[in-house]
Amino acid sequence: MLNLLINSVFIENMVFAYFFGMCSYIAVSKSVKTAIGLGAAVTFVQVMTVPLNYLIDQYVLKDSALVEGVDLSFLSFIIFIAVIAAFTQLVEMVVEKFSPSLYNQLGIFLPLIAVNCAIMGGSLFMQQMIGTEINTVGDSIVYGFGSGAGWWLAIVMMAAIREKIEYSHIPAAMKGPGIAFIITGLMGMAFMIFSGIQL
Amino acid sequence: MKLSKNFTNPLAANNPVIVQILGICSSLAVTVKLEPALVMGLSVTFVTAFSNLVMSLLRNGVPSRIRIIVQLVVIATLVIVVDQFLRAYMYDVSKQLSVYVGLIITNCIVMGRVEAFALGNKPWDSFVDGLANGFGYAFILVLIAFFRELFGSGELFGFEILGDWYTPNSLMLFPPMALIIIGCIIWVHRSINKDLQEK
Repeated sequence: MLNLLINSVFIENMVFAYFFGMCSYIAVSKSVKTAIGLGAAVTFVQVMTVPLNYLIDQYVLKDSALVEGVDLSFLSFIIFIAVIAAFTQLVEMVVEKFSPSLYNQLGIFLPLIAVNCAIMGGSLFMQQMIGTEINTVGDSIVYGFGSGAGWWLAIVMMAAIREKIEYSHIPAAMKGPGIAFIITGLMGMAFMIFSGIQL
Repeated sequence: MKLSKNFTNPLAANNPVIVQILGICSSLAVTVKLEPALVMGLSVTFVTAFSNLVMSLLRNGVPSRIRIIVQLVVIATLVIVVDQFLRAYMYDVSKQLSVYVGLIITNCIVMGRVEAFALGNKPWDSFVDGLANGFGYAFILVLIAFFRELFGSGELFGFEILGDWYTPNSLMLFPPMALIIIGCIIWVHRSINKDLQEK
């Protein structure tokens, strides 16, 4: 289980290895504070939706799970996205109630967690890993947390670098997204060192 | 707006990927080779065009409060159609694309075009808009895949282009290089279109 955690945070990092959640990653990584808030929200949604989708996959969608001889797995996209959308709505309402300032900062990106590829990707990868790395609900919680935390780590690091880069001279055409992509690429290369770890 | 302008605008000057930074998430991982990149680009084009068409037809009947859920259902259904089609007729490519086909659902381009265009325009205009944005996306994907496959393995579409003298640079096949290439594309694009540069 520890292997799964380390693997999902560092080696198969959502951003650096799979490019998941790049849209909000590029757009929201301008200040560290907002980045921490969004990262926490993504991790929370991930921890809740991955086990939920795991249970749905095991007891409803899998071959012969609900009715003998019926394979509903072609419905998994639509079911997973419905679960995620419902959950995002919940998080949005909670954040609005308890932290209005964060709610205003995150703006449009809070509802967009629903269409954040990191969340959907987490559930789809979890479905692929059933039978190999993920065998219990506990495993799926660990995987959900690990992949969310990996995304969190990436966006906070990125925001910290971008706060500093405000003061440097970069070509005018590179400002904004251009330099952000190059930095992410370089960070991804740094993260490639973890791929040598044998677990 | 004129139809032809609608069509050419997203191809270059207002490209969804490199100008609006949408749909990066599910796209970069499929650019290692040209073939999956092309298939992915066409799949996204299909989904964007038809989700725009359907939502434009439904735009007066759907209350705005529940429109997100309706959109997700329409998009997810179209993606399931694409997924089943690829599995039936192009099994190898479907295996290479793995979870990224499912991630078309969370591709911001699809959702973004429905929200920004299809809900306020006539069906035919919306269809053309979706088609054009899909092609704009496919174009960038193919461009990145061209560089990565050519320099990463010395091939194009699996045919050898660079001879024995060329030692394949396998770094091009790793994820970070896709980010750096897209950073460079943005750099070139914004050097030409100066009005897009950030102050």
